[in-house]
Amino acid sequence: MAYDYTRSVKYFLLTDWIKGFQLGLKYFFKPKATLNYPHEKGPLSPRFRGEHALRRYPNGEERCIACKLCEAICPAQAITIDAEPRDDGSRRTTRYDIDMTKCIYCGFCEEACPVDAIVEGPNFEFATETREELFYDKQKLLENGDRWEAEIARNLELDAPYR
Amino acid sequence: MMEFFTQTNLGIALTITGQVLLVVVPLLVALAFLLYFDRKVWAAVQLRRGPNVVGAFGLLQSFADFLKYVVKEIVVPAGADKFVFFLAPMLSLVLAMVAWAVIPFGDGLVLADINVAILFVFAVSSLEVYGVIMGGWASNSKYPFLGSLRSAAQMISYEVSIGLIIIGVIISTGSMNFGNIVAAQDGMGIFSWYWIPHFPMVFLFLISAMAETNRPPFDLPEAESELVAGYMVEYSSTPFLLFQIGEYVAIVLMCALVSLLFFGGWLSPIEALPDGMFWFLIKIFFFFFIFAMVKAITPRYRYDQLMRIGWKVFLPLSLGWVVLVAFFAQYGAFWGTYARWTVGG
Repeated sequence: MAYDYTRSVKYFLLTDWIKGFQLGLKYFFKPKATLNYPHEKGPLSPRFRGEHALRRYPNGEERCIACKLCEAICPAQAITIDAEPRDDGSRRTTRYDIDMTKCIYCGFCEEACPVDAIVEGPNFEFATETREELFYDKQKLLENGDRWEAEIARNLELDAPYR
Repeated sequence: MMEFFTQTNLGIALTITGQVLLVVVPLLVALAFLLYFDRKVWAAVQLRRGPNVVGAFGLLQSFADFLKYVVKEIVVPAGADKFVFFLAPMLSLVLAMVAWAVIPFGDGLVLADINVAILFVFAVSSLEVYGVIMGGWASNSKYPFLGSLRSAAQMISYEVSIGLIIIGVIISTGSMNFGNIVAAQDGMGIFSWYWIPHFPMVFLFLISAMAETNRPPFDLPEAESELVAGYMVEYSSTPFLLFQIGEYVAIVLMCALVSLLFFGGWLSPIEALPDGMFWFLIKIFFFFFIFAMVKAITPRYRYDQLMRIGWKVFLPLSLGWVVLVAFFAQYGAFWGTYARWTVGG
């Protein structure tokens, strides 16, 4: 049986090791892939589904008309809505709660919404120290809407051609 | 005043303590940064950044880790032999440190200038296996036990070839004193060091050193994917830290040995430049870099492969080399390159 000498020679000359070392050195000097997270952040798609927000019209009127489509479609049943007519006769929510511990961030609520009232914004840094803080009520959601309105509006506009 | 330190018993004891501290403290501080460097190299090869939060560029990471280890709780597993359990990490650290007593940092800059320095280092590094075995056995747990068994077999296997490689150098020098071994390599700068006449043995020694210190690709005793962390599984807090430091001290010791035996210790690579401790430290650092790179680029050997390399490749090669060197030295082959006897001869 013929013996494969090249293999032995390569073995004793440490060719594999030298190649590996060269490759290692090459990668050693390459720019690093790590992002310094709190200081650097990766890019987000306009479709990114993060923390929820309830939006308002430019005149300050809240968009939500309490149609409860989001509550109906929510697969995790995280949304709870109560509604009654307001003094001026328009139909508005009296209660709009999202249990963020139940939410699976599927985005069905914003797709179901006929007036773009409930949306999932670009914020993903809303960790809290207690569980209770994650039971969002209407006030918290409206505050989120006011805080992130600029980015939410831009994202909706960017994504509109593909809807 | 000088007489107090050289004549009286108390003075001599104080002098020795001072000398020991002078070696140990810089060594441990340097070790903290070498640990950081090791992690940085490993990270860089994997396109990560590595520790970069504690201190400038993460330089103080090791000290933060040290604090964390010290303040953590020590967990002793049920059924563990408490005495041996705590003796093991201390033993492995102390033995790793003891070997530094005979390592010279410059011409005459050595704690104990003994004639059998190499034998001493060899004996002490052989004893290091006890720390591992005791740790694995005293944990009264399966993974540590398996890890320590592997480690025992591995360290014994590779010590054989390390011993034979060292014999080759001893034959060339005619002395077991590190000072003499380095002195024998003096002459034409980088070209008169032993790495040229003993070229294949440099690699054999480096690889055996990796196996001896349980570094990847021979980290079978702590193979994290199979044995979790081998003999260190049940250790936490300070004992774990001691094991870790002991391991790295042993690695740096091996780097120092390679530079002393084959790369001329504190001799400068270029004739014109002065010799000194600086070169020795540079060489240690360079070999530590090699160790770190090897950790990053090599996969772990299988246990039978490890044994095969140790007994069927390294042992015959180094044994044959000893015989060859003995002939070369006796008959003055290659213009006496192999017989630079500094004493006797």
